[in-house]
Amino acid sequence: MAQGGSIVPFAGWRRSGLLGGSPLRQALRSVGDRVVRFAEEVVGQDLDARIAGITTHLNEVGQDPFGFDPETSRYALAVAALLHRRYFRTQVFGINRVPQGRVLIVANHSGQLPLDAVMIGSAMMLDADPPRFPRSMVETWTAELPFISALYPRLGQVVGSPENARRLLQQEESLIVFPEGARGISKTYDQRYQLTDFGLGFVRLALETGTPIVPVAVIGGEEQYPSVADFKPLARLLKMPAFPVMPQMLFGMLAPLPTKYRLYFGEPFRFSGDPDDDDSAIEEKVWLVKSTIQSMVNRGLRERKGVFI
Amino acid sequence: MPNPETTGRDKPSARRGEEPARGRPSARAPVARGVFGHLSGSPRPTEPAPRREATTETRLRAAAEGSVLVTGVCGRLGRLLARELHRTDRVVGVDRRPFADRPKDIVHHEVDMRRKKMKDIFRGRDIRAVVHLGVLHDPRRSDRDRHTWNIVAFQKLLDYMSQYEVPKLVVLSGANVYGPQPNNPQFLTEDSPLLGAQHFGGMRDLVELDMLAQSFFWKYPNTETVVLRPCHIVGRVHNAASNYLRLERPVMVMGFDPMMQVVHEKDVVHAIQLALRPGVRGIFNIRGPGEMPLSHLIRHAGGRPRQVPTPLAKIALDQLWKLRLSSFPSQELDHLRYVCMVDDSRARAELGYEPAHSIDRAIRDARRLRYQMD
Repeated sequence: MAQGGSIVPFAGWRRSGLLGGSPLRQALRSVGDRVVRFAEEVVGQDLDARIAGITTHLNEVGQDPFGFDPETSRYALAVAALLHRRYFRTQVFGINRVPQGRVLIVANHSGQLPLDAVMIGSAMMLDADPPRFPRSMVETWTAELPFISALYPRLGQVVGSPENARRLLQQEESLIVFPEGARGISKTYDQRYQLTDFGLGFVRLALETGTPIVPVAVIGGEEQYPSVADFKPLARLLKMPAFPVMPQMLFGMLAPLPTKYRLYFGEPFRFSGDPDDDDSAIEEKVWLVKSTIQSMVNRGLRERKGVFI
Repeated sequence: MPNPETTGRDKPSARRGEEPARGRPSARAPVARGVFGHLSGSPRPTEPAPRREATTETRLRAAAEGSVLVTGVCGRLGRLLARELHRTDRVVGVDRRPFADRPKDIVHHEVDMRRKKMKDIFRGRDIRAVVHLGVLHDPRRSDRDRHTWNIVAFQKLLDYMSQYEVPKLVVLSGANVYGPQPNNPQFLTEDSPLLGAQHFGGMRDLVELDMLAQSFFWKYPNTETVVLRPCHIVGRVHNAASNYLRLERPVMVMGFDPMMQVVHEKDVVHAIQLALRPGVRGIFNIRGPGEMPLSHLIRHAGGRPRQVPTPLAKIALDQLWKLRLSSFPSQELDHLRYVCMVDDSRARAELGYEPAHSIDRAIRDARRLRYQMD
């Protein structure tokens, strides 16, 4: 990515009023600004400084090639900060174990909605020093949903594909990966905190790009939206990976239950070997990561006093 | 249009190499008007006639060995390329349309590429390279028309190239052959599958054309084949992307705002020139300087996007298409929904390509045309 000085024609045009035409847009912006101010007061951190502190790779016109938009992201960060500090009262352990430069953050997936990714992301943004901006890889079908497909890239979410992951890691960025994928997030309540099968791709990726893997255990996500069943025919109809049946929805509670989140960051794994090795050789390394996360999860569950405290 | 005069006269003509009648338009060529009148009217030499002609002739000869054949030369991109190329090379243009304000030293044949006459153009002179721009994109044309034009004619062109051992072929394909898909990686490399025709049958010919060029690459290793796949070309050209950016109220699909790449037409011309250098072969993606969301691109072009939900946009476009009010097929809406961007690192490394014109400039050039038209 060349960083030519003369070739940047729109430097600062965002603030020059090119976007701020319609009254609706201006109203939205003033509401957004108020949310940001409120969040900053509650959290006690300068969120704009946090966003300014991250390093991304801009292209020749000063845009992130994957569509990350700091303007939109500051509103998202404000909401995430409120969730992180107040709603879920997240406790973060060992975040200084995340090494500088490229890194894969591998975690257990849970909770029907990917709020675990939001919590890891806000922990990296608010608790790490200097702030890190992790990207997460999202399901392909989100790119087909209107509004979501426009919003996700602006928040730095990237459609999950090996090519995208490789490119981001080569730019020394950090990636959040849930190797369980949709299997993990749509677990029913009886299977909570039991890790399902891990994909092998993330280890191959780490071997290929020489990336350290940081295992993360997320506690608290499984209880936010307890699901009693997976209604498969409707899921197929809506082309969703799963359609969870959540009793709290019957009582009109759309928001997640205010469980207490705990994030445990483990020591990074630095694997070496042939990325095109047999599945059996890769599986060994995957098993190592998976069992580490499972034991971190088990320890976290033993240590916590209750779901909401 | 089998022309007995042409075929009869060309029969005794020898193979290429034995009779290099260079820089000499065939006497039948419609170019024989105006400035070239005296040239084509003069008796056709049967022997190689070195350096004894008029001054215009010698000037033509001073250029590099052999001439460059440009198909579809009368399109805006073709004319731009011809204007750049004729400074250093002898240029032979082929197009069905007349070449208005043609530079004097460009030989133009007003020929339908599907006709036999194409062969005479190869036979008569020493052609060192073929640049194939003559691709029919018009979605209004019948499938049959598009197929004969894009595939049959191109196949014939390839036949002549192998027959007359032309050492270089440059084909202008496009990033659209990859096709916009929700699961596309953000940047497509040259090895990505060509899925452009998956949802839109109108792309089939263009994908096939790209494939034909690729198979030619392997079948005839003596010919250096280059396939260029630029992202949306923007400027004074008349193509879907430029026309779209010229609209006051372009339609955007509500809830979708994909990242877009545009490249200035002159950068594409420059890439073709780079591809014409000896030793260059392969497939190259061409990208402009940077990428930005579609909405930013439109606002920067001075348009105000009109947000329309997908189903409504489909119905409206289908209806407008039926009424012949729009020539934008509704299947191409995917271009406004999903990413189809390319990685140009190979072009930068092997071709030495570097975009010189900013997105700003490309949009301004596209827009200037709009103001002129108003």
